[in-house]
Amino acid sequence: MTALAALLAAGIPVGGHYPWPCAAVSETVWRDAATTLADGALTLLGLWGEPGRAHMALLEEPAAIAVVSLDCPDGHYPSVGAMHAPAIRLERAMRDLFGLIPEGLPDTRPWLDHGRWGEDMPPAASYPFLPAIGEALHQIPVGPVHAGIIEPGHFRFTAQGETVVRLEERLGYVHKGIEALLSDAQIARAERIVARTSGDSTVAYSLGFARAVEAALDITPPPRAVWLRAVMAELERLANHFGDFGAICNDASFAIVLAHCAVLRERVLRAASACFGHRLMMDRIVPGGVAVDLGAAGIARLRDLLPTLGDAFAPLVALYDKTASLLDRTVTTGILKPELARRFGAGGYVGRASGRNFDARKQPGYPPYDELRFDVPVLTDGDVNARVWIRVHEIRESLGLLEQLLTRLPDGPVLMSLENVSSGPGEGMALVEAFRGDLLVWLRIVEGRVQRCHLRDASWFQWPLLEAVIEGNIVADFPLCNKSFNCSYSGHDL
Amino acid sequence: MLKFLLQGLRAPLTEPPPALDAELAALAAALDRTARKRLGRGLAIRQVDAGSCNGCELEIHALNNAFHDLERFGLRFVASPRHADVLLVTGPVTKNMREALERTWNATPDPKWVVAVGDCGADGGVFAGSYAVVGGVSAVVPVDLVIRGCPPSPTQLLRGLLSLLTP
Ligand code: SF4
Repeated sequence: MTALAALLAAGIPVGGHYPWPCAAVSETVWRDAATTLADGALTLLGLWGEPGRAHMALLEEPAAIAVVSLDCPDGHYPSVGAMHAPAIRLERAMRDLFGLIPEGLPDTRPWLDHGRWGEDMPPAASYPFLPAIGEALHQIPVGPVHAGIIEPGHFRFTAQGETVVRLEERLGYVHKGIEALLSDAQIARAERIVARTSGDSTVAYSLGFARAVEAALDITPPPRAVWLRAVMAELERLANHFGDFGAICNDASFAIVLAHCAVLRERVLRAASACFGHRLMMDRIVPGGVAVDLGAAGIARLRDLLPTLGDAFAPLVALYDKTASLLDRTVTTGILKPELARRFGAGGYVGRASGRNFDARKQPGYPPYDELRFDVPVLTDGDVNARVWIRVHEIRESLGLLEQLLTRLPDGPVLMSLENVSSGPGEGMALVEAFRGDLLVWLRIVEGRVQRCHLRDASWFQWPLLEAVIEGNIVADFPLCNKSFNCSYSGHDL
Repeated sequence: MLKFLLQGLRAPLTEPPPALDAELAALAAALDRTARKRLGRGLAIRQVDAGSCNGCELEIHALNNAFHDLERFGLRFVASPRHADVLLVTGPVTKNMREALERTWNATPDPKWVVAVGDCGADGGVFAGSYAVVGGVSAVVPVDLVIRGCPPSPTQLLRGLLSLLTP
């Protein structure tokens, strides 16, 4: 019996949970799951709470997924983070949001809660950063308001001269209370909030939410809608990867690549606006299908655009690859060791640049990708350069995917009504590949409303790794490392 | 190759400025004329994300691309509020960002303007009512101009910012 099957067999199956199984387990089995994670036999996909209950989503690679749930009426549960570091921040967030206490977790500091949510909160006590001890160390506090046009967060560097000894992140500044807003919400309202969890991944969030709702209600959207969703998802990936490629080069002061990439990104967004009526394609994917169809003119416009993007991008890649002063900044900078990427289940280009061959479009996979040809690039160097190259390869793959999608787009309706379908209760789950990595959506529908919805951005498992990769690098290389990760603040802070 | 790429950028990508719409022009006319005179034709902008979903930031970034080329109008982004004339604030103002926004505003020298960006900046947008947000920029610092949209397109943003410069 596999490790995951053994855990499930030791619990009581929970009915109405789709598409992957769920079991209610005892504290002992919960602890076994944590040990199995720590041993490396399983990967943590998610850990979330609700009043009186904790849930943990587990992946047994390549593609077996299950959820274990633990009732904790007294609000205490055995900490997973005490044994398996990737769970630590998730558990700190669960304590802040649901008052669930992880027994045995050494880090008792709040995470998303900065002590300001109450009405007349006194100024929050200072946050105790972890110490670094040694000769001639100094601290550099950065943020939450940064110098560029980026999201807010605090970085506390401890450096010796130019070299970073320790980086500690403090996040939560953009916490908006999303999961509370999603509690007992109409589906139509919930979908708008979910779409605004991380604007750069709005398509992926809407896709994950729609798929989870459809799983919970046991419905299948029409084929044309499924294919149009993939068109939008790949356009979103292209736009973001173009932007990142340019921005990483720009952080090494090589501005011309950004100037060109910004043009390519803009061309994608304009096409998206012309075809789907919104530059970021927000609110276009909905449970039951998509909100807009793509006409013949739209298809023609996209098919004209694709080769021009590929042609314009190729010389930029050649320029990157031939500019020694640029490579000097990216090669061997910010190395993420494959072992660490594996332990944290790092998704997206962060994991794939460090040898972790995981892409939710392949495994567990979802339609229409099972009918399309594409490769998942994997590299092992784990440096900024490798994360750049994964994006380059993925841009090429996305262009190829779009070509196939537009050529073979099935006919038919694009939206089914949710009126005459089941109104639950049911629990649904989805794992979709956003541009920065796998996104997990879990929700429960009761009487046609979202009773509880949890969103786990890929950033949750990437942010801690950024702390690891900067160690031993110079402070001036932090922007490059940070941009090569491009984690979401909003998607993480919720 | 570099030459080829540089030439590629000279191609006529940059578009003419958008026409101002009447509503925005009226708003802008209400701004303090003396302050505007002192600032002349240039504006230094400090962007502050006060809890955005990052969608607004993406479109603000797009103002810098070759199509919109913000700097030709004398508008530029600066790294510090101490160098800024305008604070461009996005997001519903999370309670965790409230103090940082106030401190950024206090660090900006007078005369200064605040532009609230996006439906979130206007009134909290879809996040209004949450325990974790204040709900709109004007609840924390005085707002001179609101540019709605979710997110507002670069053209809408440009139109709003240019209205600040129109005498
Ligand atoms: S207005 Fe829309 S795009 Fe802008 S921050 Fe709010 S939700 Fe995001």
